[in-house]
Amino acid sequence: MTTHEPAVETSEAPLLDLLTGFIVELRNAGLPVSLTENLDAMQAIKHIPLEDRTALKYALAATLVKNHSHWRAFEIVFDVYFSLRGEEYSLEEGELLDDAFDEDEDGDQENQGQGEGQGGEGGSNSGMTPEEMAEMLYNALMQGDSSMMRQMARESVRRYAGMEPGRPVGGTYYLYRTLRNLDLDGVLEKLMQQQQDESDGDMSQFEQRLARDEFKDRIDALKKEIEAEIRRRLVADRGVEAMAKTLRKPLPEDVDFMHASREEMANLRKAIYPLTRKLAVRLARKRRRGRKGPLDFRHTIRASLSYGGVPADPKFRNPRPKKPEIMVIADISGSVAAFARFTLHLVYALSSQFTQVRSFVFIDGLDEVTEYFEQTEDITEAIHRVNSEADVVWVDGHSDYGHALEVFWNNYAKDVTAKTSVLILGDARNNYHAPNSWIIQDLAERARNVFWLNPEPKSYWDTGDSIIGEYSQYCDGIFEVRNLRQLESFADNLA
Amino acid sequence: MDHRFSDVQQVRDQLESVHYLADDSIAGIVHLADRLEKPVLIEGPAGTGKTQLAKSVAEMTGARLIRLQCYEGLDEAKALYEWNYKKQLLRIQADRSHETDWNELEEDIFSDEFLLTRPLLEAIRAEDPVVLLIDEVDRVEIETEALLLEILSEYQVSIPELGTVTANQIPLVFLTSNNTRELSEALKRRCLYLHLDYPDMDREKQIVLTRVPDITEHLAAQVARVVRSIRQLELKKHPSVSETIDWARTLVLLGIDHIDAETATDTVNILLKYRTDIEKAVKDMNANADTYSG
Repeated sequence: MTTHEPAVETSEAPLLDLLTGFIVELRNAGLPVSLTENLDAMQAIKHIPLEDRTALKYALAATLVKNHSHWRAFEIVFDVYFSLRGEEYSLEEGELLDDAFDEDEDGDQENQGQGEGQGGEGGSNSGMTPEEMAEMLYNALMQGDSSMMRQMARESVRRYAGMEPGRPVGGTYYLYRTLRNLDLDGVLEKLMQQQQDESDGDMSQFEQRLARDEFKDRIDALKKEIEAEIRRRLVADRGVEAMAKTLRKPLPEDVDFMHASREEMANLRKAIYPLTRKLAVRLARKRRRGRKGPLDFRHTIRASLSYGGVPADPKFRNPRPKKPEIMVIADISGSVAAFARFTLHLVYALSSQFTQVRSFVFIDGLDEVTEYFEQTEDITEAIHRVNSEADVVWVDGHSDYGHALEVFWNNYAKDVTAKTSVLILGDARNNYHAPNSWIIQDLAERARNVFWLNPEPKSYWDTGDSIIGEYSQYCDGIFEVRNLRQLESFADNLA
Repeated sequence: MDHRFSDVQQVRDQLESVHYLADDSIAGIVHLADRLEKPVLIEGPAGTGKTQLAKSVAEMTGARLIRLQCYEGLDEAKALYEWNYKKQLLRIQADRSHETDWNELEEDIFSDEFLLTRPLLEAIRAEDPVVLLIDEVDRVEIETEALLLEILSEYQVSIPELGTVTANQIPLVFLTSNNTRELSEALKRRCLYLHLDYPDMDREKQIVLTRVPDITEHLAAQVARVVRSIRQLELKKHPSVSETIDWARTLVLLGIDHIDAETATDTVNILLKYRTDIEKAVKDMNANADTYSG
């Protein structure tokens, strides 16, 4: 398979270097890129016009990214490595750098800044007043004209972000500065107003709502463009490798529950549903295919008929499913709440894999919340009710494992049988209260097993007021569960 | 070897001629699959046109579509080939009187004549152009996936008694997956990967326009807008493209040319199939109207 375009040959070597760097960065970001996939990518780019940035992106994605949850990470690395290439993004000499760059020039910049008005298409707008600029932005949003929006994004970054070379601040700072000047919330209201005026005020509320959704979507697209533009300029300033390193973020399955940002939390919530579905299928299958039951005589005889009466293919009955009962005891105080929420989510999504699921939450008091989950199909709502209605505060609302366990033991320990698996979720930071670890010991004797899931990194265990060691001596297993990957592997082993 | 398509644009145009609206990534990957002679693994939510893509590619290239529907318990005999045991038995019995040499007979009963070809082998041996669709590959057990590996990377099937059957021509191969489990690395490595997500609003509108005759542009645009809004909610199951099309058809049949909150509420059960989802969507449609009634 050779390519017909000789042009590729000439530009091969630098492209190869770039691509190698790109793949190394993908691996650094945690994507599993194998050698064959690497070679496939090299093959693939021979067949596409190299100046077409979109085609390049999809060709690389098709050969290198085989898991959709890695797409975001791929996109960022791609932007960093190839942001300066591609037709619609092509920059004229000098347009890249801000006016501000001129003033404190440090010579070794690869692109020399040039004066006002000498840039490319983006630069040709620079004579505008801020009012004209706002007007154009408004029109671009109104018509949903994406190339115009891209230009406006570029222009507004140039104008408002005030980027300076070598300044050690992150992209979010510039993003904030740019957005502050654009007042997009105000723009949204104006857009809505105009829509209403145009339809002579007889827009139904339903239509208004749809229009609003649409404008919001466009504004989000604009924000993304602005972000990309800032990133592009930062890459030009700091170099590809350095920038890729700063932008490197954990993959969704590796995001730490305790330190997730709001955006990461939202992504986690989205990721948990497909995960539970996957787990449920896997567990059900495992159970069906697991150990065989006793010989099914009738079935074997019937099957033997096609072998002339020789029972060559013995048939077995399906084994009786042995499903465990689960009791989840979750700490929902401050920092570990997010972790408890995901675990409860997972356990309930898997509830068909257990005979019974009961859940308890505590801070320093303890309350059973099983019914919240049973009354509704919507787990998110149930968790909301847990957080707002459950009676979990006894004295001061600081975690007290000792007391919470005591309440559990007094009220529910009688229900713990040899078929029960007890899951305790928490960091075991007891605020120096009495541990009451004898309860765990007693539960371990009654229950099938007692597992403790701790969302803290192992190195923090037993430091400060953490008394995980005190409890863990009685547990059947104690696991560090800081991210979805670890949670998944635990749930897989549980059922 | 000749390529089926000269460039991405051609793929796009041809797909459009069979009423499949492709975006950059879809057309780009179909083009690459042809050039690199690699199978395409299509993943994505249900009802986004994964299977349809394979069908449309078959239609536009004038190829025969060979389809292997995967299910739990699929095995070699159903996917690759099987010896026609009964016919072999007949052959042996018929021979009793003639007393042919055993070696000869053995060679005879393990020949082409007694081989039942199943979809994978059929695709490999086809003389005419074919498109092979391996549907819902995530339904087979992880061990069964190994069956596919030889055919996906080498385009050949090894039959112990017959030797290796190599493809006369490289077929276009599509695998679809609903992502109910992680496919093995070995399988993914051999494929190009395409994630088919819900289309954006403009594309969905175009899809509705091509798929639903007699629909007005205004209604199609509205349909696309409403569906987009609904997909932003946290639901158990988001409306798929096929459900969007069904909904649009229903609206046309009911003679509705303009959607308001009331018609949307009445017909939303075509888009959503879970009671909780319907409640949520209805609540959302009406609640929002109140909020913005200023």
